[in-house]
Amino acid sequence: MIEQLLAPSVFAAAMRLATPYLFASLGEMFGQRSGVLNLGVDGTMLMGAFFGFYTVMITESLLLGVLAALITGLIMGLVTAFISVTLKAEQGISGIGIYLFGLGMSELLYQRLIGTPKSVSGFSNIYIPGLSDIEFLGIGEIFFRHNLLVYVAFALVPVSAFILNRTPFGLMIRAAGQNPQAADAMGVNVTRVRYITVMIGGMMAGLAGASLSIALLKVFQQNLTSGLGFIAVALVYFGRWRPLGILIGAMLFSVVQAIQLQISAIGIDIPSEFAVMLPYVITIIALVFASKRMEKPTALTKPFERGES
Amino acid sequence: MKKFRLMMLVLVLLFSLSMLTAVTAQDEPFRVAVVSPSAINDLAFSQSMYDALLTIQAEMGEANFVFDFQEGTFVVDDAAVALRDWASSGNYDLIIAHGSQYGSVLEQLAPEFPEVSFAWGTDVNTFGLDNVFAYTAAADQGGFVNGALAALSSESGIIGVVGPVEVGDAKAYVDGFIAGAKAAKPDIEIQVNYIGSFSDVPLATEAANTFIANGADVLTGSAQMVVGAIAVAQENGAKWFGTQSSQSELAGDAGVLFQVYHWEVVLRDIIASIGEGKLGGESYILTLENGGLVMET
Repeated sequence: MIEQLLAPSVFAAAMRLATPYLFASLGEMFGQRSGVLNLGVDGTMLMGAFFGFYTVMITESLLLGVLAALITGLIMGLVTAFISVTLKAEQGISGIGIYLFGLGMSELLYQRLIGTPKSVSGFSNIYIPGLSDIEFLGIGEIFFRHNLLVYVAFALVPVSAFILNRTPFGLMIRAAGQNPQAADAMGVNVTRVRYITVMIGGMMAGLAGASLSIALLKVFQQNLTSGLGFIAVALVYFGRWRPLGILIGAMLFSVVQAIQLQISAIGIDIPSEFAVMLPYVITIIALVFASKRMEKPTALTKPFERGES
Repeated sequence: MKKFRLMMLVLVLLFSLSMLTAVTAQDEPFRVAVVSPSAINDLAFSQSMYDALLTIQAEMGEANFVFDFQEGTFVVDDAAVALRDWASSGNYDLIIAHGSQYGSVLEQLAPEFPEVSFAWGTDVNTFGLDNVFAYTAAADQGGFVNGALAALSSESGIIGVVGPVEVGDAKAYVDGFIAGAKAAKPDIEIQVNYIGSFSDVPLATEAANTFIANGADVLTGSAQMVVGAIAVAQENGAKWFGTQSSQSELAGDAGVLFQVYHWEVVLRDIIASIGEGKLGGESYILTLENGGLVMET
């Protein structure tokens, strides 16, 4: 039984489940590290999922689908930044507005332009030559038999860490979120930095949506994400605003979710309601322990006013 | 004389006006309002009701049967607002709460509007109220047929079942499916997963992937979140058996057999009852026998 529960296919499933979380959470992390909380991730994901899907349906080009999702995310990010940074709206509330807009608009467009559930061919799995055959511990099956977007999502973890910790732009982001007044005094354009991070976050949320609609699920339906974007925001807190922490959080949640799917599949006799609760319960427990060491960006959710301290 | 003519004219006018009202009253169409949790084209639960209403409309004529359909109302509180508005407007002959989650709302609301007829499903409970009809589908019947055929068509001997929440017609379908499969092939292995949601497409899809990884070559599932699971069946050359509405267009070659709900069988009876002045107190069940359940390829 344990062998079945910890089969390589379970961990491969966890890799797939973690993919949209990684895109969305890493993107959200950039915004939050610069001081902007965007609760509208789920709405942006839905819009990205829709436009990615619709573009692939019309053009049959996956590249154009990804581009459409990125552009949609960019525009949603721009709107979010305008509301949060320029208009200095209360970020929690405006994020919910963005979410509701994305939820409603993606549904409306879906009803008008597509109508009924359809599937597209989408990204197929790429078996990495040599590596996908590694039988030891099921490494080949777990890590090297996925679609392109799964690889990209995991590759973005070190890339994000590098940008954040090793580049001048990363320093500007951290400064804008930690001490915007000082950053401003040092000549950092806080407003511009926040605009860019929120737009990066939007693009990655758009890609997170597309990773569902044109890679993992290959279908679109209203509210396709089912609130996944909110978990992505929670994972940023869980991961303590660090790419590696986000990776650990996303994997923990996804592994438990994949094990839960397997628990039910192989007929271990526990109530289905309890099995469904499992990933959330474990995440909350982990969050409680993690919260003691939180290092929240000081200026998170605080609009930047020049000259104020 | 002039006065007499004027009086006659007024009388004729009044008479024709009253006739006109009588005619319009006679021509007043049967009005239905429906609230449902998902979209009218979900290839599942809501679509089954929408299609049934269109069938009734085609039978009775558009002038005699009109309906308002509020789809996508998965938030029960929102549905409660709509139901109350419709009930208090007095504009509808029948108000349908199409979703077992709306039951408690209806139980509270219906006694406040004893003159209004309500229907809800899937359930058989009319709460002992004279103005509530209940309807459900004996989904286990088509489930049994699907299960038997699924077991016979499986080469690997493993079948995967994606369920939403372990209640109502979804549970009935899955239970029937298992019974049918076991009856046809006692040693068949059936893996069942209730994912705890009617709408979580990503999780339902991954549940289907899990079954495939475990060796399943036949999949089935109930409710509107199965669309991704159907795509998984298609991609992996597995067979798909469906329920509620026909999913043959989406499933393509993978689709084998679908149990399709024909709620019009129930609706006809309810409309006839209301016509006779009976506003509720009755429950109905779709079966293969009464033509409410139809197996389609």
